[in-house]
Amino acid sequence: MTVADFAFYAFAVTTLVGGLFTVLARNPVHSVLWLIMAFIGSAGLFVVLGAEFLAMLLMIVYVGAVAVLFLFVVMMLDVDFAELKAGMAKYMPLALLIAVVLLMQMGMIYGTWQFADGAEAARRAVTPDMTEVENTAALGQLIYDDYFLLFQLSGLVLLVAMIGAIVLTLRHRKDIKRQDVLAQMYRDPAKALELVDVKPGQGL
Amino acid sequence: MVGLEHYLGLAGALFVIGIFGLFLNRKNVIILLMSIELMLLSVNINLVAFSSYLGDMVGQVFTLFVLTVAAAEAAIGLAILVSFFRNRGTIAVEDVNVMKG
Repeated sequence: MTVADFAFYAFAVTTLVGGLFTVLARNPVHSVLWLIMAFIGSAGLFVVLGAEFLAMLLMIVYVGAVAVLFLFVVMMLDVDFAELKAGMAKYMPLALLIAVVLLMQMGMIYGTWQFADGAEAARRAVTPDMTEVENTAALGQLIYDDYFLLFQLSGLVLLVAMIGAIVLTLRHRKDIKRQDVLAQMYRDPAKALELVDVKPGQGL
Repeated sequence: MVGLEHYLGLAGALFVIGIFGLFLNRKNVIILLMSIELMLLSVNINLVAFSSYLGDMVGQVFTLFVLTVAAAEAAIGLAILVSFFRNRGTIAVEDVNVMKG
């Protein structure tokens, strides 16, 4: 067993255990932490497969952004999660049945599939030799050249998602004090200030 | 180096875990979103594995786009969740009946 094989099995077990406990954990915070473990495991798998850039992207985007977003939402919402978990035992048989059926169907496929004859010839962008062009450079050349439009459109998708998320969650609370810049600037010293000459021994 | 079947088996198992999670936690929207993330992750593993074994970089480009869409989906889903919680005070799926659908 080579180092690469060992790495594959270690990362595969990490990913599967993380995924399984994500859906099984009683506490949603633990769920998010198991999800992070699954993401880290699959980032390791990407490194083993030679896709270093995607592995780093997975760490930054998923672990750094998405999982932390989940963590924030789980911690900020005051939800009774024990109540939500109540029906879990009831749903378990159906869920297990569907999972086993799906696994069996996939196992039937994995036993018989093979690469098509024309698969090698139909490649759009053959991976360059890793000793000459590294993964990030090869991917960058592809993205900024052949798939430039799709790349820009995916940026647009992110922009729309960002605007949508802000619009959905932004709210103006009436019961708190805010800074009114215009009111501050239009304030007139002559009206706001009054000089009073207070005589000795007298109040105002 | 392990065969491609190993990666496909792993991705298939992860996908089934995601579906299993959907059916198991059908009240808790947060876990449902996490299950969807798991399923998208398994698709990504499939794409990268095929890309690596076939020697075609396009699979990794598609993984990039799937990653983008997954991030956008998680952000929008959680934003909807937060605004729903503000209005109704719960996130249980069976209480989502404002539109009488």
